Amino acid sequence: MRITVEHVIKFVEGVAARIKEHRDELVQLDSPIGDSDHGVNMDRGFTTVLDKLPTVADKDIGTILKTVGMTLVSTVGGASGPLYGTAFIRAGMALTDRYELTPAEVVVALEAALEGIQARGKAQRGEKTMIDAIGPGVDVLKEAQANGEEFMSAMRRSVAAVEEGMKSTIPMLATKGRASYLGQRSIGHQDPGATSSFYIAQVMLETVEGIHE
Amino acid sequence: MKKLINAPEGVVKDALAGIAAAHSDLVTVHYDPDYIVRADAPVKGKVGIISGGGSGHEPMHGGFVGRGMLDAACPGAVFTSPVPDQMLAATKAVDGGAGVLHIVKNYTGDVMNFEMAAELAAAEGLDVAAVVTNDDVAVENSTWTAGRRGVGVTVLLEKMVGAAAEAGANLAECKRIAEKVNAQGRSMGMALTACTVPHAGKPGFELGDDEMEVGIGIHGEPGRRKEKLTTAANITEMLAGPILDDLPFQRGDTVLAFVNGMGGTPQIELYVMYNELAKLLADRGITIGRNLIGSYITSLEMAGCSFTLVKLDDELTKLWDAPVLTPALRWGA
Repeated sequence: MRITVEHVIKFVEGVAARIKEHRDELVQLDSPIGDSDHGVNMDRGFTTVLDKLPTVADKDIGTILKTVGMTLVSTVGGASGPLYGTAFIRAGMALTDRYELTPAEVVVALEAALEGIQARGKAQRGEKTMIDAIGPGVDVLKEAQANGEEFMSAMRRSVAAVEEGMKSTIPMLATKGRASYLGQRSIGHQDPGATSSFYIAQVMLETVEGIHE
Repeated sequence: MKKLINAPEGVVKDALAGIAAAHSDLVTVHYDPDYIVRADAPVKGKVGIISGGGSGHEPMHGGFVGRGMLDAACPGAVFTSPVPDQMLAATKAVDGGAGVLHIVKNYTGDVMNFEMAAELAAAEGLDVAAVVTNDDVAVENSTWTAGRRGVGVTVLLEKMVGAAAEAGANLAECKRIAEKVNAQGRSMGMALTACTVPHAGKPGFELGDDEMEVGIGIHGEPGRRKEKLTTAANITEMLAGPILDDLPFQRGDTVLAFVNGMGGTPQIELYVMYNELAKLLADRGITIGRNLIGSYITSLEMAGCSFTLVKLDDELTKLWDAPVLTPALRWGA
């Protein structure tokens, strides 16, 4: 499977659309345990990303992803801006000068993105953050790669792991981010950041499925 | 939702334009990236003092830009941290050659965005230091949370450090004073009502007619616990008790007592609370050396109040008394 610049652009556009679609839901998830802004901030960021995309559409995949990341850092604000921004920037840095990607390179980029989020947010798994969704997804991809599993099936299992990880945040006690100030009252709510991460993973899977067909 | 706005998306920009229209003698408003800067910035040879955070806490921080306090303030969207571009542009705008101090309230987003801005500023050869305020004693277990939130102390610290910078203190000295004020200050707040973020359209939490939320932050987020509403005297004990025990403040101490309204609290109620606080501190043998009563660090239209106490010594008292000339705080100037 070859992943091209066009596929990456399609993926980013798809994420922007998916975030817009779930904007109010992300705001609602953020109300009981945050400050009711996650959906609005993400939508503002990805709407600006859509404006910027045409200016880099003929560039390499690394440049495109770095531009997405820097735009998110500049427009999202809150914790999500630096976290998602760093994720895209790190993924872009891992793919410098590449116009086509192999599945192995996608895994390398996702690993770099996860490491970037952890370095910026200093969160560990089990703290009710986006790491709890993204972490298991990256684990599945790495393990599948080691076992020589076909990429398409690995992606499906990976996104299922992201979804499960997202749901696993419901019973968790938040110890990072604004939700942590609620103490026990953070239990019983799904983390908004883990939820937006799941939507991004979902679009990634759909993009890859589109190539496959 | 009933608000005096044109559209939820335009609230921050419209308010910035209002500040520009009202206070052009003191400040200049810069757009895209948004920041409010002292009209005479950069002041040559003076340490630049910058703060910033989500909007909705007015007059903090934009109302504190001016002589003797902040050189610039970076407003984010309502209750959302500003982005690094703003802090970087503001840092450059106020750099008078003596370095720039970032005053950051301890919230995950604010800390990360200011960190990124400081990294970018350092890469451009600017001398930047940062201090993080974390005075909210309502956060009981900082090990299992993102740490104590920065609340009321931020206002007092900005005034004192601004005075030090105005008097010629260098960057290291400004940072030392900022850390000292933060270390000697503690706060706790409560809410009678929730508040509604314009783009959310609904209150951040529900409170019954006879309920209050104790241990709130400043973002319309719920606090540590709900309680039945009680008298001003009882609420004063609920807030002041944890503050006094935490530092701890002791018999013989002199403090700056700050009774802050959350945005929707009548001044008459703040004076009722101040009276209770003064009685309680007198009983404990603590002297109120200076005070500040009013709504300075708010959560939109939330009704409620917070107390902040800072232990005073000669140095801090002198810095507090120094002239200040900003849209929201002005004396001696």
